[in-house]
Amino acid sequence: MMPPINWPVIYPELAICITAFIVLIVDLFLPGRHKWVLSLISIFGVLVALQIVFMNFGLKGDTKAFFGMVVSDATGLYFKTIFCIGTLLAIFVSITYQRREFPEVGEFYTLMLLSTFGMMIMASALDLITIFLGLEMMSIPLYVLAGIYRGRYRSREAALKYFLLGAFASGFLLYGIALIYGAFGTTNITRIVELIADGKPYSPFFVGVGSVLVLIGLAFKAGVVPFHMWIPDVYEGAPAPVTAFMSAGPKAAAIVAILRIFVITTPVIDLTWVFWVLAVVTMTWGNILAINQNNIKRMLAYSSIAHVGYLLVAITVGGEEGVSSAAFYLLVYTIMNIGAFAIVVLFAEREEFYENISDYAGFGSRFPFAAITMTIFMASLGGIPGTAGFVGKFMIFSGAINHGFYWLAVIGVLNSLVSIYYYLRVVVAMYMRQPQTRLVDIAISPSLMIAIIITLLLVIQIGIFPDNWLSLAKQAASLAF
Amino acid sequence: MANVIFYILAVIALTSALMVVTRKNAVTSAVYLIVTMCAIAGLFVQLGAVFIAALQIIIYAGAIMVLFLFVIMLLNLRKDEFGFDTRVFQRLFAGLLGIVLLVQLIMVVSRLPVVAGQPVDTEMGRVAPLATKFFTQYLYPFEIISVLLLAAIIGAVVIAKKKMGK
Repeated sequence: MMPPINWPVIYPELAICITAFIVLIVDLFLPGRHKWVLSLISIFGVLVALQIVFMNFGLKGDTKAFFGMVVSDATGLYFKTIFCIGTLLAIFVSITYQRREFPEVGEFYTLMLLSTFGMMIMASALDLITIFLGLEMMSIPLYVLAGIYRGRYRSREAALKYFLLGAFASGFLLYGIALIYGAFGTTNITRIVELIADGKPYSPFFVGVGSVLVLIGLAFKAGVVPFHMWIPDVYEGAPAPVTAFMSAGPKAAAIVAILRIFVITTPVIDLTWVFWVLAVVTMTWGNILAINQNNIKRMLAYSSIAHVGYLLVAITVGGEEGVSSAAFYLLVYTIMNIGAFAIVVLFAEREEFYENISDYAGFGSRFPFAAITMTIFMASLGGIPGTAGFVGKFMIFSGAINHGFYWLAVIGVLNSLVSIYYYLRVVVAMYMRQPQTRLVDIAISPSLMIAIIITLLLVIQIGIFPDNWLSLAKQAASLAF
Repeated sequence: MANVIFYILAVIALTSALMVVTRKNAVTSAVYLIVTMCAIAGLFVQLGAVFIAALQIIIYAGAIMVLFLFVIMLLNLRKDEFGFDTRVFQRLFAGLLGIVLLVQLIMVVSRLPVVAGQPVDTEMGRVAPLATKFFTQYLYPFEIISVLLLAAIIGAVVIAKKKMGK
């Protein structure tokens, strides 16, 4: 007799997965010039998934499904919301670009949705095997998406580099999982926590080495220094909309897996000092290297590394406050980062012309709206008051101070100051430099405009009235304990 | 009788494994590796793990070896590129790692709580118990893998498809 599976728990995943299949099949029957229909189907599917996620917040009764493999708790649902928003925005950013640069590749949307499916699996996984499979599910489409622009050498290079290093990192993760299984005889996180609480003897050596290996595997995906080498090259080489997509969701997915595994098991496997060191190194290294970048995608790549550093501060703090500030910051980061990339996509309309920060010279007077929007995103990424980024950083650093991590907070604030310099460089280029290159008109596509306006409104709204969003993040953290 | 078969299989496995690392021609090595895999599959059968034995032959001796041979033939090495790597440091390092692995293996095996002559649990390796696990406790990962394979296929097709980009 089989116990019930409790399907409603995985309805959001199912919605995304089924949409991916529908897109794949419809793609077969569509002639090249009508592939835009696929983006509409994808948007619809993601909206349905988002709706189901909201409904699942009120799920009654047993929240676990598939024999304890998945759970539908507030943490998982909150992150699923982030993934849906990220994917939705990324699809809006992609539509015009995809039609212009690789119109016949309808699989583009299938791959994006399957990657989102993987992230959702990671967010609600309660078993190390499920986390691993979710990670692969998320990464394999990303490898392909990075190289989808086959005509361009750097895109292929990015795909290959990402694939080889990603496969290597997966090896670490899997080896770590094997060692943890060896120590406990199970891969289920809840079961492991129970076993430890019962005082079952285990080999601290296996558990220690295993956790570190698992951490390395996940840190690679999140882009934690020293496992960040691939980020600048892949972000630069991949098509800009793909970069927008993979700079947000996959990072959040890796972070939620780290939260699930480590913050919840902290009483047993205390890695606080490891996270402390990683946080400092990641913030500082990312910010220092970002200063000197001339290519805007590379600059945003290093800045994304720095942002992961801030998230690691929240993870070091741990507990309810740490988790809620990390959750909140990931939402903010997803929105403002995709917003910034949307502007990059907008300016990159004419293939590679406007990828350098110096190319942005004179945009302030020529495209006033886009320039102001970019300024706001840069201010938000830098953490200037009045924007969403400020609230996020404030929560993280005040959490660090409340829990006695004074040095971490000081280093973090100093890093934020450094980061403002290179974010302002873009603004300075737009408003105070004279254009050097030939000027090309930019046709603004409606879908891109939607993405930019949504992100802009959210960044300002969260920046000025963060209360509702903060309580949502707090709810996400409270149930994890 | 079982003992005799075990020793025969063990000798075949070990000799062909030795041949894998000593042959100069990469294709010859690959073929010897198939022999090793088949002999190991025989050992699995002796333990009652029929299903694992079948997997060993289908996946390792079949699929993965075909992949190996493909790669070797695609690389299309010249005669003088075959054979041993002459870098001394690398060989020393490899030897060292091999010794470490050997010591580790001896330590683990010597501490196993297994008594010689104990009957093996032949139920474990059969199809039914595995299938029960797959379709109950591990149903979710099992289904994810099917989607994962699909994603990999789509990805491979997208990369390999002609007429893309500009």
